[in-house]
Amino acid sequence: MRKLLLQGLFRQPLTEQAPRPDDAALAELGAMVARTARRRLGRSLSIREVDAGSCNGCELEIHALSNAYYDVERFGIRFVASPRHADVLLVTGPVTKNMREALERTYHATPDPKWVVAVGDCARDGGCFAGSYAVVGGVSAVVPVDLHIPGCPPSPMAILRGLIGLLEAVDADVAAK
Amino acid sequence: MPKLIDLIQAGRKVERHHPWPRAVVDDDVWRSAASALADGGLSLLGLWGEASCVHMAILDDHTSDIGVISLDCPDRQFPSVAAYHPPAVRLERTVHDLFGLQAAGTPDPRPWLDHGRWQMRFPLGERLDPSPDAARYQFLPAEGDSLHQIPVGPVHAGIIEPGHFRFTASGETVVRLEQRLGYTHKGIEGLMAGSTVEQAARLAGRVSGDSTVAYGLAFAQAVEAAQQIAVPPRALLLRALMAELERLANHLGDIGAICNDASFALMQAHCAVLREGVLRAADAAFGHRLMRDLVVPGGVARDIASDGPNAIRAALDQIRRHFPALVELYDNTASLQDRTVTTGIVTPALARQFAAGGYVGRASGRNHDARRRPGYLPYDGLRFEVPVLSDGDVNARVWIRIREVEQSLALTDQILIGLEAGPVRVSLQGATEPSEGMAVVEGFRGDILAWLRLNGDRIERCHLRDPSWFQWPLLEAAIEGNIVADFPLCNKSFNCSYSGQDL
Repeated sequence: MRKLLLQGLFRQPLTEQAPRPDDAALAELGAMVARTARRRLGRSLSIREVDAGSCNGCELEIHALSNAYYDVERFGIRFVASPRHADVLLVTGPVTKNMREALERTYHATPDPKWVVAVGDCARDGGCFAGSYAVVGGVSAVVPVDLHIPGCPPSPMAILRGLIGLLEAVDADVAAK
Repeated sequence: MPKLIDLIQAGRKVERHHPWPRAVVDDDVWRSAASALADGGLSLLGLWGEASCVHMAILDDHTSDIGVISLDCPDRQFPSVAAYHPPAVRLERTVHDLFGLQAAGTPDPRPWLDHGRWQMRFPLGERLDPSPDAARYQFLPAEGDSLHQIPVGPVHAGIIEPGHFRFTASGETVVRLEQRLGYTHKGIEGLMAGSTVEQAARLAGRVSGDSTVAYGLAFAQAVEAAQQIAVPPRALLLRALMAELERLANHLGDIGAICNDASFALMQAHCAVLREGVLRAADAAFGHRLMRDLVVPGGVARDIASDGPNAIRAALDQIRRHFPALVELYDNTASLQDRTVTTGIVTPALARQFAAGGYVGRASGRNHDARRRPGYLPYDGLRFEVPVLSDGDVNARVWIRIREVEQSLALTDQILIGLEAGPVRVSLQGATEPSEGMAVVEGFRGDILAWLRLNGDRIERCHLRDPSWFQWPLLEAAIEGNIVADFPLCNKSFNCSYSGQDL
């Protein structure tokens, strides 16, 4: 183990440069910026991930955000274990009817101010699962959505771009108060 | 004891069902099949419904034959297989939830996927309005002094899929775990019915995202079996290449994540880097990190990029350079071994009874790998070993993955060397007579079964059975007598798919 730890000290870090926030994603944020944030979040965001019926593809890429290449915590973004600790709900999946209540209750358990980010193509409108008897069809049909990150699944870089965009918007929003 | 061939011959053989036989049988043969499953010698591969019949896929352990027996259910019921053979319990509950066909004599009549939220009952059978007086779901009782219950989920603390776990504990010790799944049920089989082959292939690739290549492959092979078409050699090799990359990426991720659940984050950090290398190579070679929608009926959707083989070789070199030190670290860290050795044991008898595939089965002495048995192209021309252990604990499941990483590295090399120029796709046949196809494919998690009936270019019925169906119940057994704090570790060592079993 000592050798591995020493290598870690002397090797170049794998972590890559931060992406620029996505212009398209920023445009989507417009509506959100107008909303009121009641307390200053600083540059720290706590995220509670909610799988509302995804195929688990999005979860794999959200997990990847924590690896050494993307290292999402350097931006002050961290994943928390409870909605009570969260600023942002990161929701995946077309929202199955069996998960609808759990998503609503998670949303209501999250203190204000809060934002909802829908991740993945099926989180927008149900994607290829739309029209099924078992699917509500999109996160916004159940809770208000502030930002949507498209992709099936979106790459970690795309998710990171969206989250950094969200951070900047939150900052600007709070600074304007 | 009846052999599989006897059961098939006792029924009326169905024409145009490939590559294995299917026979329509009567109640008596169905019952004797159920009792033969219970006696051992035959393994249950799957049990699924249609509007007014049920099918059961069976593997003969001695001859490696596969066959399907079907039973018409004019009075909307069939003799329960679960009454003889417990691995069928959840499958029969699902058949009832989706089709309204009752398993007569079932030991467990509770719903499984139906949580009373669909605004209807029996969505794939004769639909009924929801029952207004739907009873609250009853968990199985556990009785004794000073027992307490711990409900967990469906929303969990980590970034994982939703499901509910009901623990009954005595102090720190788990007395009973009962799972309640179905939260991610999307109605995929309902969406597939009547869809085009192309649409259904996209849905198949989204049954369980971590196995998107394996599902694409299982579906494609079933379509190709139904249409009796052969795929070009280059396409076969590219499919195997993607399947092995998927296996590598998942196993590397799992090895790190299991250690992380024993609070040993260093392994996670290093394994995640290797996993990322594989995904980036996949992206460079095939244009998608998870290689989604690339395996299609008839071949592959696109050829490998010209610099793809080099990108893959570079990623594999990284693994070869760094992985041995990680294996040594795993093996030599006493605090980690203390957590994984003798934790969460699945006995070989249970693994055999449930015909558990993948690392869960192979860590408990069940020597089964669909690449070998029934086997499919191009694996008959490739050299690889199937590692088997018998301890059945978390440690054994880690070691199976470690050995399979090594095997997949060797397989990937052979595939890259064997890759010769040629077409990568053939077109499907146009409208033909209705025909049925079936495939069993080894995903990273275990054997995936695909069964479908084609009518022209439309899917009439498609059933996809995830390996998790026969692994989830074993997790309930494995955790018994362990401490609650070891559950995440055990759960991760199984890494069952929620979406795959919920469909």
